[in-house]
Amino acid sequence: MMRIERTIKYEGDRVRGFGKEIMSVPGCELLQSCIQCGTCSGTCPLSIYMDFPPRQVMALVRADFKNEVLRSRTVWLCASCYACTVECPRQIRITDIMYALKQRAIQEGVYPKRFPIPVLAKEFFEMVRRHGRISEMLLVARLFLKTNWFAAMGSWRLGLGLITTGRFSVRQEHIRRPAELGAMLAAAGKGNGKAKEMP
Amino acid sequence: MKDALKYSYFPGCSLKGLGRSYEQSLLPVMRRLGVELVELDDWNCCGATAYMSVDEAQACVLAARNLAIAEKTGPRDLVTPCSACYLVLNKTKHNMADFPEINQTVQHALKSADLTYSGKVPVRHPLDVLINDVGLDVIKEKVVRPLKGLKVAPYYGCQIVRPYATFDDAWNPTTMDRLLTTLGAEVVPYPLKTKCCGGSLTGTVPEAGLRLTYILLKEAVRRGADVIATVCPLCQFNLDGYHDQIDRRWGPARIPTVYFTQLMGLAFGMTPEELGLKSNFVSMKPLPAESTTV
Amino acid sequence: MNTQNKNGEVRIGFYICHCGMNIAGVVDCPSVAQYIAKLPGVVVSRDYKYMCSDPGQELIRQDIREHKLNRVVVASCSPSLHEHTFRNAVESGGLNPFYFQMVNIREHDSWVHTDRAQATAKARALARAAISRVRFHRALETTRAPINPDVLVVGGGISGIHAATTMANAGKKVFLVEREPSIGGQMAKFDKTFPTLDCAACILTPKMSAVRSHKNITLWTYSEVVKVEGYVGNYTVTVKRKPRYVNEDLCVGCLECIQACVFKEPKFADEFNMGLSKRKPIYIPFTQAVPPVVVIDPERCLQVRTGKCKKTCLEACADRQAIDFTQKEELVEIKVGNIIIATGFKLFDAKRIPQYGYGLYPNVITAIELERFVTSSGPTGGEIVMRDGHHPKSVGFILCVGSRDMKTNRWCSRTCCMHSMKLAQLVREHTDADVTVFYMDIRAPGKGYEEFYDKSLKEGIQFVRGRVAEVTDWAMAPEEEGKLVIRVEDTLAGFVRRVPVDMIVLATGMEPQADSQEVRRLFNMSCGSEGWFLEKHPKLAPVSTFTDGVFIAGCCQGPKDIPDSIAQAGAAAAEAMALIDKGYIEQEPNTAYIVEADCSGCKSCIPLCPYTAISLDDATQKAKINEALCKGCGTCVAACPSGSIRQNLFEDEEIFSEIEGVLSYV
Repeated sequence: MMRIERTIKYEGDRVRGFGKEIMSVPGCELLQSCIQCGTCSGTCPLSIYMDFPPRQVMALVRADFKNEVLRSRTVWLCASCYACTVECPRQIRITDIMYALKQRAIQEGVYPKRFPIPVLAKEFFEMVRRHGRISEMLLVARLFLKTNWFAAMGSWRLGLGLITTGRFSVRQEHIRRPAELGAMLAAAGKGNGKAKEMP
Repeated sequence: MKDALKYSYFPGCSLKGLGRSYEQSLLPVMRRLGVELVELDDWNCCGATAYMSVDEAQACVLAARNLAIAEKTGPRDLVTPCSACYLVLNKTKHNMADFPEINQTVQHALKSADLTYSGKVPVRHPLDVLINDVGLDVIKEKVVRPLKGLKVAPYYGCQIVRPYATFDDAWNPTTMDRLLTTLGAEVVPYPLKTKCCGGSLTGTVPEAGLRLTYILLKEAVRRGADVIATVCPLCQFNLDGYHDQIDRRWGPARIPTVYFTQLMGLAFGMTPEELGLKSNFVSMKPLPAESTTV
Repeated sequence: MNTQNKNGEVRIGFYICHCGMNIAGVVDCPSVAQYIAKLPGVVVSRDYKYMCSDPGQELIRQDIREHKLNRVVVASCSPSLHEHTFRNAVESGGLNPFYFQMVNIREHDSWVHTDRAQATAKARALARAAISRVRFHRALETTRAPINPDVLVVGGGISGIHAATTMANAGKKVFLVEREPSIGGQMAKFDKTFPTLDCAACILTPKMSAVRSHKNITLWTYSEVVKVEGYVGNYTVTVKRKPRYVNEDLCVGCLECIQACVFKEPKFADEFNMGLSKRKPIYIPFTQAVPPVVVIDPERCLQVRTGKCKKTCLEACADRQAIDFTQKEELVEIKVGNIIIATGFKLFDAKRIPQYGYGLYPNVITAIELERFVTSSGPTGGEIVMRDGHHPKSVGFILCVGSRDMKTNRWCSRTCCMHSMKLAQLVREHTDADVTVFYMDIRAPGKGYEEFYDKSLKEGIQFVRGRVAEVTDWAMAPEEEGKLVIRVEDTLAGFVRRVPVDMIVLATGMEPQADSQEVRRLFNMSCGSEGWFLEKHPKLAPVSTFTDGVFIAGCCQGPKDIPDSIAQAGAAAAEAMALIDKGYIEQEPNTAYIVEADCSGCKSCIPLCPYTAISLDDATQKAKINEALCKGCGTCVAACPSGSIRQNLFEDEEIFSEIEGVLSYV
């Protein structure tokens, strides 16, 4: 049976001030000048996989449709290749806006729960905060555990290959003075003097 | 002249982990050219793309700590081979210079560890150093085994040319092309030289990320290249490590991917073992037998 | 305060204008009037809503008569707006207009301050200063300088041609100077013009012919202006006439010399055909060139470069002997009263956007190159062909190349949408190929332009809204092999598309000419921030510049199409003719004068004058000022060590009393 869906957006669907908030992130003011030309979507290698291509995300952000934007998969599919930023005729820092949206999505806990990318970001964040460096194998292992990603099992050959070529290390790398780093990060974290807790 | 070629060196987490053969080939090659790379003391992870996805202010502080340590060490330029680190460190420098709010937050955080940052240390890429500081003439002198007959597709990836195209053109960079030609190799025209490899999406969202990798490999094979030369550990891993999956999903596109420093090492007469070439998944075929000394 | 001066008793009339709410909204005008009324010498002190209006001016006239005023002060807006108005009112009231002083309490006070009390105090101080000053004013007469009725038009494109013929038809003598060997400009390269699809050559060549045959127009092609001296009504212009090595009066345009040239085959890129064809060192720019005279390229001709050539061209022209290798560059001086600049534009270099592959892929061409293809008198005889000679089966037009982009040119080039749609229609007409236009917006504002857009749609031209991200030749699907692929987000349809085409046409935008900075300095004009010549007012004076007597018309002022260029050319001609027909210009009597008794003949002032108005009188051995040349800049007045140079309207006592007036209030 074909599902008929009704899509209409009312004023109440907008979150007033969201666009302004994003545009107040340093460097993101130029979003005001977007003419919706579509160069960003045209040049983005991943736009064809996104539910809202970059141009549409920019329109939604400017029009305060926060929920639609944060719930989309677009921000997580951005590979930070900066092609859009470099090509945009209005010189809008699109990649930086994507980062701002990612931050807000994580802060508010709005993202598909087992979607690997935000989980990866959070695990990365934690590992660096605690140890100051990343150990790739450990990070991947934690990612598998958190996302229950059975497809990971399909990568056993890759894992084996890494072991045999000596690139598989399960030792946690760390800096000598992790506490110093922790203090610095806390001083930067939202000005509340406490280390940034994971949401 | 000798003294001028001393740099601070920021390896980044990858070069100590999955990308260790990059460092393994970079350091001896630089040494042969009279370039000294002094690893930064107690450097921390730059944050790459992931940290910035969670908290912007902290991400800037993370990167700035390394810049501050570099400043403390001396008036040397900071060389960083990993593309992500290169981008993050440069981006932090720009943000600190352009946005007073960020500058303030970061300086305040650095103070708690007795560090300061004044923006004086330039962050440079090895290609930049090789072409502009060392010079192709000096490199040519060190070539004992020209890579004659080797067809190379030069792959720059995104983050060393975008958004800060400081030492090369953003759309059509040629530093590595020129370097490879100096080594005697034949550079294959490769229009995808700055297209994204998929980054960290290859493992997490393969239908999207890995396909980008596949497209790069397919085109290199189509253009008749024997090997792809790359500058970034993540690009190298993506192009080299997923061939099983690629075969399954879209069909084979096997071509070895190495670091440009490994090719430099081969041209300088070093062995594949020394250069870490044995740790690749897709091995490079041995160089053509007729290799004349210069 | 002394109410006496050497002119007798002063009787001052003071008027403060409300200017609606512009001034009265911030300054308490009645109180200023009351304050001024109490000052010695002030006979009448009024405030009124609109002083510049008829009743306002009538107030002044009436008061002059009834109260026998001999000085008038008005406190209102900027002198650059209404000083003239009030001086006229004073004069028509029977008083010499230079007994008038104006105070600006709008731009200098009410428009820049918000505090009512302080703004009112400032108005009082400024008014008092003027009252103080005006006592020392003297009667002065404006001088008139005659206007040379001849006109110089720089640039022989459609704008220059139209301006020149308009003025020549009105009986004025016109010099038309054009840098290229022929007039016609960019329009000569077009096939058809939008929206009527009129043949460009058919409407342009009669005008070009008219220029040539008009007895009032002196046409100098292959020439450039190198020096301009003087001022409105009296310009002395030096024109450099480049040697074409052909005598214009003798050549009849038979072209046999070209046939006979030692270069058997044409070898050099033909500029008129955008490099799509070749020419010899001796050539005619295009068949309908005006003047229809051959020209020899000095950088390519063997004879000119090396002196060693068989000179078969001379032989071919034996009977007329029009070729003359002894020709040299000539500098000619002319005197004109007005100058019209119509130097046009240059096209954006598409190589600056490597993403579109111009210069890399042979079948990516620019719109002007396509014009040369579709023209029946062009290098392919009207055939639209790809580099391999085949007709394209699919053509893509990319709009806004170089325009509307912060990285290259911010502005919209105004004509490219229409130009591209015209070319799209012509491509359909000539080839039947599939045509797709990739755009951000379609701008079709002129008369008949929206209908033209509709015609394009009705003819089956596809329009895709999306700014093209890149043009590439690597195929991802079988139908893309061997073609150029356009990757673009079709924003209206909502997905990214890869569109394979045979040929791509880039609608490159307009830019100011490369030497626009040198040219503007030559004619004492300004350029706007985008590099186009600056008009006096964007709405009300689009063809005048800040230099009187110099006008601009056409694309050199900003991108525009042919109807607007012609309109501006006509407007500039009208402005020039208005000055000429008046016959004289009135010069402000703010000139400097020398008090001979005090002058010691030290000659310090002479080299300082930017207008070379001062010279040493041989008889008296004292400095002498030519009033006609003096512009009243005040340099010599300030520099004279003995203070023997004074300036009308800016006498020492006038200035000092003004200062005292402000300070005494404080």
